[in-house]
Amino acid sequence: MRRIGSLDWRGSSAAREGGLIVRDAHVLCPRGGIDARRDVVVRKGEIAEIVEAGSAELSDAETIEAEGRSLFPAFFDPHVHLRTPGREDEEDIETGSRAAAAGGFCGVLAMANTSPPVDTAGELSALREQARERAAIPVGFLACVTRGMKGEELSEMAELAEAGACGVSDDGLPIASARVMRRALQYQALTDLPIALHEEDPELSAGASMHEGGVSAALGIAGVPSVSESTMIARDCALAAYESARVHVQHLSAAESVEVVARAKEAGVAVSCEATPHHLLLTDEEVRSLDARFKMNPPLRSESDRQALIEGLRSGLIDCVATDHAPHSSEEKEVPFEQAAMGVIGLETAFSALFTELVLPGVLELGTLVERLGGGAEPFGFEASRIEPGVEANLVLVDLDAEWEAGAEGWESRSQNSCFDGLRQRGRVLVTVAGGRVAYRQRSFAMGVAA
Amino acid sequence: MRHLLAIEDLERSDVDRIMALAESFAEVGRRDIKKVPTLRGRTIVSLFYESSTRTSSSFELAAKRLSADVVSIKSVGSSVEKGESLKDTIATLSAYGPEAIVIRSPHAGAAQLVTRWTEASVVNAGDGKHEHPSQALLDVYTLLQRLGALDGRRIWIVGDVLHSRVARSGILAFRLMGAEVTVCGPPTLIPRGIAESLGCQVTHDLGGLGEAEVVYALRMQHERMGESFVPSIREYVARYGIDSRRLGPRQLLMHPGPVNRGVELSPEVIDGPNSLITAQVESGLVVRMAILYELLAGGEPREGAVDGRQGELPAPTPIGEPA
Repeated sequence: MRRIGSLDWRGSSAAREGGLIVRDAHVLCPRGGIDARRDVVVRKGEIAEIVEAGSAELSDAETIEAEGRSLFPAFFDPHVHLRTPGREDEEDIETGSRAAAAGGFCGVLAMANTSPPVDTAGELSALREQARERAAIPVGFLACVTRGMKGEELSEMAELAEAGACGVSDDGLPIASARVMRRALQYQALTDLPIALHEEDPELSAGASMHEGGVSAALGIAGVPSVSESTMIARDCALAAYESARVHVQHLSAAESVEVVARAKEAGVAVSCEATPHHLLLTDEEVRSLDARFKMNPPLRSESDRQALIEGLRSGLIDCVATDHAPHSSEEKEVPFEQAAMGVIGLETAFSALFTELVLPGVLELGTLVERLGGGAEPFGFEASRIEPGVEANLVLVDLDAEWEAGAEGWESRSQNSCFDGLRQRGRVLVTVAGGRVAYRQRSFAMGVAA
Repeated sequence: MRHLLAIEDLERSDVDRIMALAESFAEVGRRDIKKVPTLRGRTIVSLFYESSTRTSSSFELAAKRLSADVVSIKSVGSSVEKGESLKDTIATLSAYGPEAIVIRSPHAGAAQLVTRWTEASVVNAGDGKHEHPSQALLDVYTLLQRLGALDGRRIWIVGDVLHSRVARSGILAFRLMGAEVTVCGPPTLIPRGIAESLGCQVTHDLGGLGEAEVVYALRMQHERMGESFVPSIREYVARYGIDSRRLGPRQLLMHPGPVNRGVELSPEVIDGPNSLITAQVESGLVVRMAILYELLAGGEPREGAVDGRQGELPAPTPIGEPA
């Protein structure tokens, strides 16, 4: 696969020396075809060998005693908001990437709907520079499809591609004009940049702040109909097919959307898509509380929509999980529901929430979840992490039996607007290894000492 | 009851209790001196973020009839207009130590949110298009006065249900009291999913109106025309306007006010013998007295409570007066 953009982080310029040994881990890597207890030896940032549990030769390298806990290839989130530049009071590259590391991610892609939006090569380069200094794990940046995210003129995408953009997206806003959308798809032939789409027909969603259905009828809150999303996906799949372009559909929320993507994939359209943990786990019933923690765009939808998303994730029709990690200050959330900002944080709870609510009850295989949490890399031209010799050591050690309460010990993120806040969860990320270096270590899990 | 936020939160026994209280206050209203000292020394803040005549004036008068001190704040000309957040406004007003805050807001859930930031009892006087519980309680009271009970009665709510908090609270309250509710209006003004969600029947045709014992017309706002909810007022009136041809002699007519004469109701039915519109306004006062009493003086109505002799709660001793 041709690599397009670049990921940057603190560790990228460091000399690849030393290493570490993860001893006696239950290694589960669906892509690499491993599901067994092994020792994983990391040297010079790469996985050097995978041997029978307890047989790795100890060296002066750091040793992590896994004692049978699970080791997965690290996760990749193609959809986060790091709020830089402009809203560093809510998140910045350092806190956002720390939150990602705490969630087991070794790669995240930051959206461009910042203040101002990222639509020039200069701004993109400045962000990459910041990431090289401050990011705890590799971070990539998308740029806007249109100048100033206004949906009118294309941004200078060829230059942005040269500057290392990982793709383009006007996420947060749809590209309402079919003409502009078509031009962007045509231009992809030149830049090869992935185009990530926030699909919403503003004519159908104007003024609305939750899913249209029985709950919105009862609350008297204007609803966003499911078809506001699916009709736009249908439009853009048709345009992509016509222009032989490829598109990535962000945060699918409705059953109709899953259907449209299924038909497009069947017809051979180059389309990939993602779903968020909150859309996979929650429904508009949560909004009855009128708590702004449950306000996001697209909105939480009905149970049948949720079931369609789960089925799509299981079958692989939905390529990956993306958190749409969207930090907001408390002032933006401590207001009546209709006035509140849209979005929730999600990096630190993505694995545990999905594991607790989908894997433990037997709805989804653990291996499938691990695969989908890593699946966000490929649509953007990156290789998904694997546990096999010779590849970059991006690993996450998880205690599947550990029970914890989301948010009880605070968040790595600078914001607290989690829709899973207070939820008892199973499955805790203990250590995240990015490029062979420990990027995150859970406080109570002591290195080299049996916990 | 600590707060009155939504009909959805109420049990039938809560409504019964407020109805009983309202009846005792109606009795007081027939005396020469209509004021009782029940809430003397208590402060009630009324905070209106939307214009209102009926609701704000009747809450204010209800508080005064109960001898409470009332502070009325309208968004126009206040710090709200200067961009102060709801949270900060409530913190400021709470510094006065009010026992109750009556709030109307253009946003659903505002009253509920206020309960997080104040010790006061909170009364929802309308939150966006969500609920308007005091209106529904006064509507129930008005009907109980006429019909005795609502069990098995058929009530039709006609008009713009989509944008109406009166309709939502009304459906819930009438059903809670045992009535069967049908909503009728153009398909563009009936929210999707309301039948299953609130347990009412939905029709787009006034043809079956004859079965209704009560016809509750909603206000049709002119600005809806511009948003293409209906093609024209003329077409709306032709299909959904209630006039003397459509309203039978034994059907009761209600409207939350203010009425668009000649739109949702024709002039002759507004002033006709079946109209309960004036009775609704009268009920508003006694029901809101009952609500404030229920929240501030609490619990079951006590013997003689409304005379202010035995039932009066001990008021704080005013500074400068001997105890």
